[in-house]
Amino acid sequence: MNQDPKHPLPNVSDMDTETARKRLVVIGAGMVAHRLVEALVERGATDEWTIDVFGEESRPPYDRVALTSFFSDRDPDDLVLGDGSLWTVDGVRLHRGVQATGIDREARTVSARGRTYPYDALVLATGSYAMVPPIDGKDTPGCFVYRTVDDVAELRAYVNELAARLDRPVRGAVVGGGLLGLEAAGALQALGAESTVIEFAPWLMPMQVDEAGGRTLRRIIEQLGVQVRTATATAKVRPNRRGTVGSMEFADGGGSIDVDVVVFATGVRPRDELAREIGLSIGERGGVACDDACITDDPSIYAIGEVAHIAGRTWGLVGPGYTMAEVVADRLLGGDATFTSGDLSTKLKLLGVDVASFGDAFAGTEGSLEVVYADPVGGVYKKLVMSDDAKTLLGGILVGDAEAYASLRPMVGSELGSDPTAWLVPDGVTPIGGVSLPDEASVCSCNNVTAGAIRCAVRGEGTAEPCHDLGSVKGCTKAGTSCGSCLPLVKKLLDEELTAAGIETSNALCEHFATSRAQLFDIVRVTGIRTFSELVATHGTGRGCDICRPVVASILASLETGHVLDGEAAALQDTNDHVMANMQKDGTYSVVPRIPGGEVTPEGLIAIGQVAADFGLYTKITGGQRIDLFGARIDQLPAIWKQLIDAGFESGHAYGKSLRTVKSCVGSTWCRYGVQDSVGLAIALELRYRGLRSPHKIKLGVSGCARECAEARGKDVGVIATDKGWNVYVGGNGGFTPRHAQLFAEDLTTEELVAVIDRFLLYYVRTADRLQRTAAWLETIEGGIDHVRSVVIDDSLGIVADLDAAMAVHVDKYEDEWAATLADPDKLKKFTSFVNSPDTPDPDLVYVDERGQRRPATPQERATLIAGTTLEVRS
Amino acid sequence: MATSSGVATWVKVCDAGELVVGIGVSALVRGKQVALFKTGERELHAVGNRDPYSGTQTMARGLVVQRDGQTLLATPTGRELFDFATGQCVDDPMTRIATYPVRVVNGFVEVRITVRG
Repeated sequence: MNQDPKHPLPNVSDMDTETARKRLVVIGAGMVAHRLVEALVERGATDEWTIDVFGEESRPPYDRVALTSFFSDRDPDDLVLGDGSLWTVDGVRLHRGVQATGIDREARTVSARGRTYPYDALVLATGSYAMVPPIDGKDTPGCFVYRTVDDVAELRAYVNELAARLDRPVRGAVVGGGLLGLEAAGALQALGAESTVIEFAPWLMPMQVDEAGGRTLRRIIEQLGVQVRTATATAKVRPNRRGTVGSMEFADGGGSIDVDVVVFATGVRPRDELAREIGLSIGERGGVACDDACITDDPSIYAIGEVAHIAGRTWGLVGPGYTMAEVVADRLLGGDATFTSGDLSTKLKLLGVDVASFGDAFAGTEGSLEVVYADPVGGVYKKLVMSDDAKTLLGGILVGDAEAYASLRPMVGSELGSDPTAWLVPDGVTPIGGVSLPDEASVCSCNNVTAGAIRCAVRGEGTAEPCHDLGSVKGCTKAGTSCGSCLPLVKKLLDEELTAAGIETSNALCEHFATSRAQLFDIVRVTGIRTFSELVATHGTGRGCDICRPVVASILASLETGHVLDGEAAALQDTNDHVMANMQKDGTYSVVPRIPGGEVTPEGLIAIGQVAADFGLYTKITGGQRIDLFGARIDQLPAIWKQLIDAGFESGHAYGKSLRTVKSCVGSTWCRYGVQDSVGLAIALELRYRGLRSPHKIKLGVSGCARECAEARGKDVGVIATDKGWNVYVGGNGGFTPRHAQLFAEDLTTEELVAVIDRFLLYYVRTADRLQRTAAWLETIEGGIDHVRSVVIDDSLGIVADLDAAMAVHVDKYEDEWAATLADPDKLKKFTSFVNSPDTPDPDLVYVDERGQRRPATPQERATLIAGTTLEVRS
Repeated sequence: MATSSGVATWVKVCDAGELVVGIGVSALVRGKQVALFKTGERELHAVGNRDPYSGTQTMARGLVVQRDGQTLLATPTGRELFDFATGQCVDDPMTRIATYPVRVVNGFVEVRITVRG
């Protein structure tokens, strides 16, 4: 890998001395060539073969599919496949920047840079080139194609340079509204340029989706700020006075638009010129003709990837290319693998929009029926193509929401077994009544595993023992071990089969704990275990995951076991708990000091305002009657909190699964209608339950009269004043599924009320599932609200004394997490921007002013702002 | 086509003692933002700090998780998982994060970074 670039060629005589080994030459060093060499090395082929790979690009093989990510990741070296060790294996040589220029079939040699390299077997993996339509001005400076890292690097440098020079956004146009064209449009957007996509066909992505799907896609991406023109042919590109791209004209009176940059993404053509020169057969529309072993007319020459014309066509996706690479690797080692057909099903995210297309997406089968669900407002279009009896799935198109893809793709050719529309409605991944996938349906197309194979594994047929969990099913069948997109379906098959066998499917928290959250809570409470590692060692397996770790952290915190950042607990928290602030979209945090009951003094308001002014924070009043301060960098959090704590504030736990706020109206203190002191009660409740860790966030509200100005019935616990005392309601929430709280107890004294809320909250904390609000908990707990009432008020389980004691511990042990953190230099360590450069703030943060405050820059604004100062200099 | 691929060098980043199992730290290595993770007594990983889904430099604040015997890195939002070894997103074959070789020499963590030539 550290070759002198001026002398990259190996000594030919070196190769001749390796007479003991056969010589394989690979022309082309793209993704498919890389997979071929990888497969050969994995299988020990280098004992028999030396491998010489010629690639004309200066880089080792890289991930071309992820090309667009180079716009954001900024470093092409990050795209390189593997860690480079493949090219240091004995007998394997990568000739970078060396184009093979000829093949001599008689002599069995390849010529490159004036030298000849003998081969015993030759693989053509030259891929495709980007096709540019023959229009006037297509070579004007400012015209680009979109194929290699260098193409993308040049496009980026050009756009950045323009952006720095022009005092308006750069205007880009992409010719071609297919997959690659939309990627290119996304790339232009990422660079802060305006983009227009021009498609010749009447709709976008005509190869993958139908007209209605294309229309939906268009609507979504237009909302993202991309202009779209369909059914439009580009006639010419005109230069401006500087001689670079200035405008483009459309055919048939389509007018013209001003543009600065044009990207051609109008398709690819196989690079089959070497094969043509030596007289190999070529497919009808290009590509080297091969049989199902990827062998060309010449038995010692193979073709793989996009250059191969096989099974009647060329294959422009990496998946079939990889399959061909595996076939050739097998053949070179004496196997008899064949390539019969590739799966052209695709699921992609373009500009953040899900698009999937599979099977007979265009309903080409005679008599086929189409079942369509479209939600133009929500930007969703789904279509299933069914057989003429509406029973068998033939294919489909999903735009905007492709979640059902993993379940549907393996069903192609099988009976759906239920009303097909059930698959299309929102959240319709699992239709009511369930489906049974036929045994022969392919579930994992990467490793070719059928539904039947998975069922056999679960039943233990042909395996050492029955596989009763996802891990062992994967281990036995290899299903889901490559791309993993089929795992939800594998899990479903596993559960179905276990249920059928009468084995109870568990309510296990995750693969590390076989118990539910409520059971785990009891284990922790009863055993006195106070660390995750001890708990997982005694009652679980492995090292934990993103599900069980925060759950255990929450349980431990609910049991008042110490600071959330103490020792091991810190690694259990999710990111917000971890730094005790709420992460926002740009990676900075918001800070929310507690303002109990929403009551704040003028001095307090001024102090908060001063903090915001000192640190340049954006301020907004929240729905919970407090003030949110946005835009705090992680390294600023301690200083911000120092100032807030000095002014008498404490953490508002806006980041935690814990009590958020107790909202109140002004009550009898000022209001002419108020019958009780709602503010006083709200403050007392908020101070009592602050910091209580729970399965989900908890909100309370207190209204001073039946007019309910505090909206208490929209809270987990709502208190409404009566002439005689307080009514308490439970199980309300706003959000995605709003619920009104239900009446729990009436006319309580303040003392009775507090006891009821104490017990209600703690019983919820102990028995609810993870991320279950009180409303959902009341619905699922056996006996519902009546059961909870009997536990809390009539002590039907005899646990009231225990609950009361636990709440007393909570109230007694409460300490402000932020004050405790500031007093502990160890905990402060994590609040730095960079471990090796703590004084450098994150250089990627960019802000603009709006209405007198700052907010994160949009991608367009970013590109302009950043390009202005750090313009790339091209060598 | 004047792109050179640069030279890879080992860059000293921090004292190995600064890393705690399960908690990531960000580092600025020759202008690149890198997230360092210690996932076991002898397991270190260095990946690009940029979360490709949010576009923010926050992978160091992600959560280390174990699933099916694999050690994975969840984005701070917890929505996406990446393989530490390859940088590949588990549910999205189109998306990867950068990965960098990392080692400990004389008690210091070193990351191998390609410096543009």
